[in-house]
Amino acid sequence: MAYLELQNLHREFAGGVRALDGIEIRLGEGEFLSLLGPSGCGKTTALRLVAGFDRPDEGRIVVDGKDITNVSPSKRDMGMVFQAYSLFPNMTARENVAFGLKIRGKKRTDRDGRVKELLELVGLGHAVDRYPHQLSGGMQQRVALARALAIEPRVLLLDEPLSALDAKVRVQLREEIRRIQLELGITTLYVTHDQEEALAVSDHVAVMYRGRIEQMGAPAEMYSAPATPFVAEFIGTMNRLEATVTDPSTGTVDFGGVMLTVEAARGRPKGERVLVLVRPETVELTPTNGGGGSNTVDGEVLTQAFLGPVTRLKVVGPGADLIADVSTAKAATLPIGMKVTAALPATDARVLDLTDGPIEIPEEPAPAGR
Amino acid sequence: MKGRRGVAPSAYLWLFIAAAYFLIPLLATFLFSLKSNATGKCCTADSYTWVIHNGGFWHSIKISLILALETIVISLLLFVPTIYWVHLKLPKLRPVIAFLALIPFVVPPIVMVVGLLSVYRGTPSWFYAQPWGFLVAAYVILAFPYMYFSLDAGFRSIDVHTLTEASQSLGASWPVTLLKVILPNIRTAALAASFLTLAIVMGEFTIANLAAFNTFPRFLQYVNETQAYPAAALTLMSFGLTWGAMLSLLLVGRKRGARAAVITGAR
Repeated sequence: MAYLELQNLHREFAGGVRALDGIEIRLGEGEFLSLLGPSGCGKTTALRLVAGFDRPDEGRIVVDGKDITNVSPSKRDMGMVFQAYSLFPNMTARENVAFGLKIRGKKRTDRDGRVKELLELVGLGHAVDRYPHQLSGGMQQRVALARALAIEPRVLLLDEPLSALDAKVRVQLREEIRRIQLELGITTLYVTHDQEEALAVSDHVAVMYRGRIEQMGAPAEMYSAPATPFVAEFIGTMNRLEATVTDPSTGTVDFGGVMLTVEAARGRPKGERVLVLVRPETVELTPTNGGGGSNTVDGEVLTQAFLGPVTRLKVVGPGADLIADVSTAKAATLPIGMKVTAALPATDARVLDLTDGPIEIPEEPAPAGR
Repeated sequence: MKGRRGVAPSAYLWLFIAAAYFLIPLLATFLFSLKSNATGKCCTADSYTWVIHNGGFWHSIKISLILALETIVISLLLFVPTIYWVHLKLPKLRPVIAFLALIPFVVPPIVMVVGLLSVYRGTPSWFYAQPWGFLVAAYVILAFPYMYFSLDAGFRSIDVHTLTEASQSLGASWPVTLLKVILPNIRTAALAASFLTLAIVMGEFTIANLAAFNTFPRFLQYVNETQAYPAAALTLMSFGLTWGAMLSLLLVGRKRGARAAVITGAR
């Protein structure tokens, strides 16, 4: 049975901006779901509806079988960590964490023990008496996490809590969030626009676009089997090859005059326009020796971007630009300007219906009342 | 390493000029107040003794201080929740309220008191015939711009939305959020608004005079018309008392608000 359910949530803001258009989510107890998407896709709106800071135009929010759609935020028992530093500036770390417990009328002795335990859990046992302005951004978000956890919330809500932090702290803190979430077994809803972050920490990822959930699944599934062109575009880097099916029996497609065999195109109607999706790490590059070969596209190395263990090469060919990730050692043998042959995998490529027009990223709609 | 910036000599010059501008009149008043009422020669503390032993002085200063405190309390109770709500839920109303707040600057007190006397005629005598009622109602209006602009600046210096939502998600009600989270973080602004209100009430003459209430400025005016040297002494004493009252407010506010003030400043 689902612990947290978002049933057919709709939310439209002034000016006809449709922030949510029929969101459906079912999350089991203790699971970690990331809402992933670009600015304006509706992910923060969905989170604010769950927190109770906004009300849906239509639909229900159910937690543990109880409809909380019209319950005020102060009575929902949702622990929330905000994007902006939200610690109360007039209180120390200890007082911030104790705030929710005080509101609930917990005895001082119980409160002190719980606060100490939580601040130690987030690695800030040494900074209990510091004020927010005496803490770094990462430390402030740790305190905010401890404060949200102190009330033993039914659901932990995290609204891009790492977006204001530097890269190294982000990675450290996201791992800590996951560790703590697993340790406490708390149901968690995490909003982020960073796909790497979402894939790294979640049990499930829901990719949102234009107020809808495009696809929801396990991180590996989202990466390897994107269901829509948008998901393919948004999660990881993807080569998008527009092609026409020429032989359904063998899965042959015509990509700008080059015949490619793609297993996933088998059985598709002849003449259908399709989008062949190929991950950069599955493209193999070799210097062009004039021989050509099956499933290959010729081109020239345009740029190289060093990414550590791999180097990303952009290859410009007659039909389209291709991106290939090759080992950094191998990249040294493929300098900019070199003629190369890109071998595309027959089995690892995905095939989707071709959608018309570019994918538009809408502006973030302002939440009501702001 | 950054070199220590020296203060330009011209800055000292301007500081000296500004200090002289404010201090010379005070010094002159002080010297004048030391002259004998009988001989007109320096130096005697007779004028100060006369003021201290004058019942009218203590009576009027008590009335004005109570009026100031009442005005501050009512204004804070009225404006803090209102401005908080406007920032949180009705930000489009901010320019409207800012415009309304300017009206007491535009309407002369003499016009305002005639209007208020007319509007409040017929109200119960405990309100209409008492300074604690009628005068405070007028003073709250007079203090509106000072209260509004100070508090508005305070609310703008904090993230009202996030702090409110954080507090609510932890289970706090609206009143608890306002008292425990918002108010401590706008304490500096509230203190500034209170200082200004105190200064206005302690010095307001026109309305009190036309409405015939014996406040401190009226007593000052009376002494000024009848006795020159004690009037100078009284002026200096009222100056000191007003500053003393402001200092008390500051100390009371700082006892619990110093941390918040420091933190707000560090944001």
